[in-house]
Amino acid sequence: MSAQARLEAPAVEGGAPTTPARQRPRADYDLVVIGASLGGVAALRHLLAQLPAEFPAALAIVQHRRPDADSPLQQLLGAVSLLPVREPRDRERLEPGVVYLAPAGYHLLVEAGWLSLSVEGPVSWARPSIDVLFESAADAYRRRLVAVLLTGSSEDGAAGVAAVARRGGLTVVEDPASAHSPVSPAAALARTKVRHVLPLQEIGGLLSGMVKIGAGP
Amino acid sequence: MSRTDALRPAGAPRERDVTAVNVPVVANADGSEAVNAADDVEELELDLLLTGIARRWGYDFRGYSPASLRRRVRRAMHVEGVRSLSALQERVLHRPEALQRFISALSVNVTGMFRDPQVYRTLRRQVLPMLRTYPFVRIWHAGCSTGEEVYSMAILLHEEGLLERCRIYATDISDDLLQRARRGVFPLRDMQEHTAAYHRAGGKGDFSTYYIADHQSAILRDELRRHLVFSQHNLVSDSSFNEFQLILCRNVLIYFSEALRERVHRLFYDSLVNFGILALGIRESMRFTPYADRYEALVESLGLYRRVR
Repeated sequence: MSAQARLEAPAVEGGAPTTPARQRPRADYDLVVIGASLGGVAALRHLLAQLPAEFPAALAIVQHRRPDADSPLQQLLGAVSLLPVREPRDRERLEPGVVYLAPAGYHLLVEAGWLSLSVEGPVSWARPSIDVLFESAADAYRRRLVAVLLTGSSEDGAAGVAAVARRGGLTVVEDPASAHSPVSPAAALARTKVRHVLPLQEIGGLLSGMVKIGAGP
Repeated sequence: MSRTDALRPAGAPRERDVTAVNVPVVANADGSEAVNAADDVEELELDLLLTGIARRWGYDFRGYSPASLRRRVRRAMHVEGVRSLSALQERVLHRPEALQRFISALSVNVTGMFRDPQVYRTLRRQVLPMLRTYPFVRIWHAGCSTGEEVYSMAILLHEEGLLERCRIYATDISDDLLQRARRGVFPLRDMQEHTAAYHRAGGKGDFSTYYIADHQSAILRDELRRHLVFSQHNLVSDSSFNEFQLILCRNVLIYFSEALRERVHRLFYDSLVNFGILALGIRESMRFTPYADRYEALVESLGLYRRVR
């Protein structure tokens, strides 16, 4: 009993009354999920181009797309990104610094440390669906997750952002005022208190600054 | 990245181990801790539900991948019009018809004739010539859902003159889906899409000769059905029932966790003749399984493999 009390004591001393421990920016996100629909290809290209080659978290992206497998989206994104862009097979392990793009016709889901795919029906008329990615990632990664919702013309993503916020993850939504299509960002903002609402130009910088190397074991 | 190992044993708590281990739990103002507690109760309820179903009915869904399982259980709640997992459990444990609905809600029955046409094109060009070398051919389509892909295979075999010496065993966990598959009656409105897929798959003939249309339905011709056997089979618990030259199991294992998937791969391996073909979904890979070295890729990008040892 007393030993336990002694162990707990320093933690209480350090953390409770003021918040000195919180002044150091937390840099402990393992995964960034990004969702976009209408206008998303240009926005994603802009965003990915801003991320450094040593970006230490994994990224998973849903961009609404047609179901046929032969679209050039992977090449379009890969061409501007310093990070490798892959369309994962089922069961691929998440690696830091890799961009995983939901393949056409499949939902992309996050499990603890790996990705799974699903062909269950469209959600909000979309497969891949942003909500499916965000909700599964929120379940698996909780506070170690950043979710970014970009331009889009549907409500897909709004429920996902809410799930991420509920699980303690960090939420970022593109400012509807400057987004190519404001519907998705506005739907998310109407539903959830979002941490950062930013124009596209500033989101890359925010991510690079936030997801730093050397954050914990 | 700090990550706990990918999978816990089926039935173990689903998320506690996943919560970032190196993040101190701090109660925060938005009440997300309370929400997390409620979520943990939901996890517990889910475990109880799945354990109950396994013990009561012998259908074990505990080996399914958690992320999509959660989504589909929510859909099952919606179908039953219940608001809690306990209410769902109450129904499903007592009423066989509710169990069947639950199984249907959990099975993902997205299919279509000649789905992924390039796969059928490759089967026609590369696999059927191999099958031709056998006097009698057994094919197992595991997880056949409503049967569209089974009939597609029958058409392919028919066109290559092989159907007469083939038998296709089409299995699924769901009786409801099997009944529909057995009937071979599909909505007429889908036929245009199926016809397009048939041609993309290298179909040579007039697709409309394979069915009889009434005002709403397309009824597939009996001669396609003659070599098909539909039967209930549960990949989770049932064993091998024959030896096959070709096994198709497309987009089924993606819903299974590691342990269950390994079990099913063992089952397929044991059920394939040497040099037999295994067709997975086009985004599934043998690479992530312990049986990788027993197969060679026929076409890796289409999920087509050949057992070589």
